Amino acid sequence: MSEFMMFSLVPMTVAVIISMTCALLGNFLVLRRQSLIGDAISHVALPGIVVSFLLTGVLSSSAMMLGAGVSALVTVGMIELIRRLGRVEASAAMGVVFTSLFALGVLLLEWHGASGVHLDVEHALYGNLESLIWFDGTSLASLVDPAALADLPPQLGRAAWVGLVVVIMLVVLRRHLVLGSFDPEFAASVSARPALVDLVLVTLVAIAAIAAFEAVGSIIVIAMFICPAAAARLMTNRLDHQVAWSQLFAMVSAVIGYLVAGHGPGWLGFEASFSAAGMIATVAGLILMLACLLGPRRGRIGATVAG
Amino acid sequence: METWWQALTFTLGYNTGVVTLGAMLLAAGAGMVGTFVLLRKRALVSDAISHATLPGLALAFILVGMTTGDGRYLPALLLGAAASAALGLWAVQAISDHTRLGEDAAIGAVLSTFFAFGVVLITVIQSMTVLGQSGLTGYLVGATAGMLASEAKLIAACALGLLAAVLVLRRDLLLLCFDADFARTQGLDTRRLDLVLLMLLMAVVVIGLKVTGLILIVALTIIPPVAARFWTDQPMRMVALAAVLGALAGYLGVTLSSVREGLPTGALIVLSAFVLFLVSFLFSPRRGVLASLLAYRRLRQRIHLRQGLLALCRDEPIFDDLTLALLRRHGYIRRDGVATQAGLVAARDAEHEERLWSVYRASYPDDALHREHAGLVPIHEVLSPDAIMALETQLMGRREVVR
Repeated sequence: MSEFMMFSLVPMTVAVIISMTCALLGNFLVLRRQSLIGDAISHVALPGIVVSFLLTGVLSSSAMMLGAGVSALVTVGMIELIRRLGRVEASAAMGVVFTSLFALGVLLLEWHGASGVHLDVEHALYGNLESLIWFDGTSLASLVDPAALADLPPQLGRAAWVGLVVVIMLVVLRRHLVLGSFDPEFAASVSARPALVDLVLVTLVAIAAIAAFEAVGSIIVIAMFICPAAAARLMTNRLDHQVAWSQLFAMVSAVIGYLVAGHGPGWLGFEASFSAAGMIATVAGLILMLACLLGPRRGRIGATVAG
Repeated sequence: METWWQALTFTLGYNTGVVTLGAMLLAAGAGMVGTFVLLRKRALVSDAISHATLPGLALAFILVGMTTGDGRYLPALLLGAAASAALGLWAVQAISDHTRLGEDAAIGAVLSTFFAFGVVLITVIQSMTVLGQSGLTGYLVGATAGMLASEAKLIAACALGLLAAVLVLRRDLLLLCFDADFARTQGLDTRRLDLVLLMLLMAVVVIGLKVTGLILIVALTIIPPVAARFWTDQPMRMVALAAVLGALAGYLGVTLSSVREGLPTGALIVLSAFVLFLVSFLFSPRRGVLASLLAYRRLRQRIHLRQGLLALCRDEPIFDDLTLALLRRHGYIRRDGVATQAGLVAARDAEHEERLWSVYRASYPDDALHREHAGLVPIHEVLSPDAIMALETQLMGRREVVR
């Protein structure tokens, strides 16, 4: 039990919080057919972090998050600029921008790599979930012990904050967001400000992606923006049910993925453990696969009338 | 600088030369295939394909590593990558064909799930006792520095085959991209052709893994075609241009990366491509930003000048600064705002032309709708002398009626 408290409780909680936050936003991305904006943003977090490191010279979380946030906004701006001024298709514009910025990040990283920076591409991709150890978490009693709680890894607090902000913003904006997702023209006609809501959504995606990036790596972010929401989309025709399903799927994949990564190799007789972030995303993908095969509303046109 | 010059002129050594050529051929092939994919509006499918190669790569590495002790055997790795990329491609197709999810969600789901599973397999490899483990991460961001001449030759040979395949199939692919329905009536199996196109794309991605890495190979299939689109409206020229731009990016990228130890080749190729894109985006005479700005300026000036002349003719006061400046520059008004002789003549001409246009619009409303900026261009540039004469007679007739 104490082993679980010390090594598994915090990473699992962080994974669950981040997965559910990303899945919540993912519902709207999938509905708007903008799923890949999450992919683009998590790629450009790398150059943002590298540049902020080069400017400040320290690897502090706040500077990193600021850098990644700025680069996310720069990306969205560049995509819009190329799309509008160059009359380039949106997905192609996205492909041009995020690959180029990622390449810039890789170049800057390797250029200064010799100076012994503790930052590498793999870390950015896989994250470092397993390193979130709660040293004072020795037993159930630590959960109510202020001294032990003060020793909780800071990533947990940050993930919780970001999750809270996202939930509050979504609750506040929910009418506008839903309206803009289904019928942007109508939303504009009743002054629901679809463009502004778009920007808020992208900003929230960026914030969630960056918070997740530090703790769990970018691969899990992309998976969680898409897989649970897409699977939920195949379960129901009602948006509120879809959100509930996506939250369930995100939580289940985080818990199962983490447990399989930590203990799965042991069951097979290996010593080592798998990448938890990778396993969580894999489980999310498997859930989506099951939904594609069995989901009651998987067809293109609702074959049966929604109940 | 000197090293770069040597690399540019292929005198840096046999190995660098072969690698440079291989990368150029690869990038040219990527540009050609990418053009068709872009025209088919599926640019980001290559993103899914490239990420989906990772589990296959890792599995092949594990299998080869368990049998021989060293997993770095390029043909086997490429085969594994191709197999899992094909599976990923099938999954994207199946999800977007058979469920209500859009292609974007299908792409995102496949790329993240496959990549994540690949990451899991990489952690398995790290716990194994196999040689060359670090070689595998080179496939994430590419590594040409340690590339063997034999590997570069394999890549070059595959790229040549790819170029040949695109050349043979170019007409069918073009038809598919522009009018799939028409292609079907011509007896083309569009489903199969789509599949062939995606297979070609997959081949590019798999061959390119070693050069740019799986995250950046996407760029080579998107950026050169997008850049080429700025220079031409003819699809075949666009294909050729994308190939040339791609090859140029490969050439610049590989040679730049040989300047210093440890510079990432893939990133430099992509950034070179981006610079080429940026130049096209800004300076292309057809669709570039600069050209659009200039065209906008010209249009604005023309409108202001015309409105100014009409105001002169009707003896209305002019307050707009730009209009006044333009009239002054053309010598139509004096500094104190009084019209000159030339100005009065021009104003009368403008007024007359305006009347002709309005007769034209009244007589042929449909034609007028289809002419862009009808009424802004000098009428004799648009209509034939006969047509203008006809309008003049109509105008005369109308005046007589009024009188």
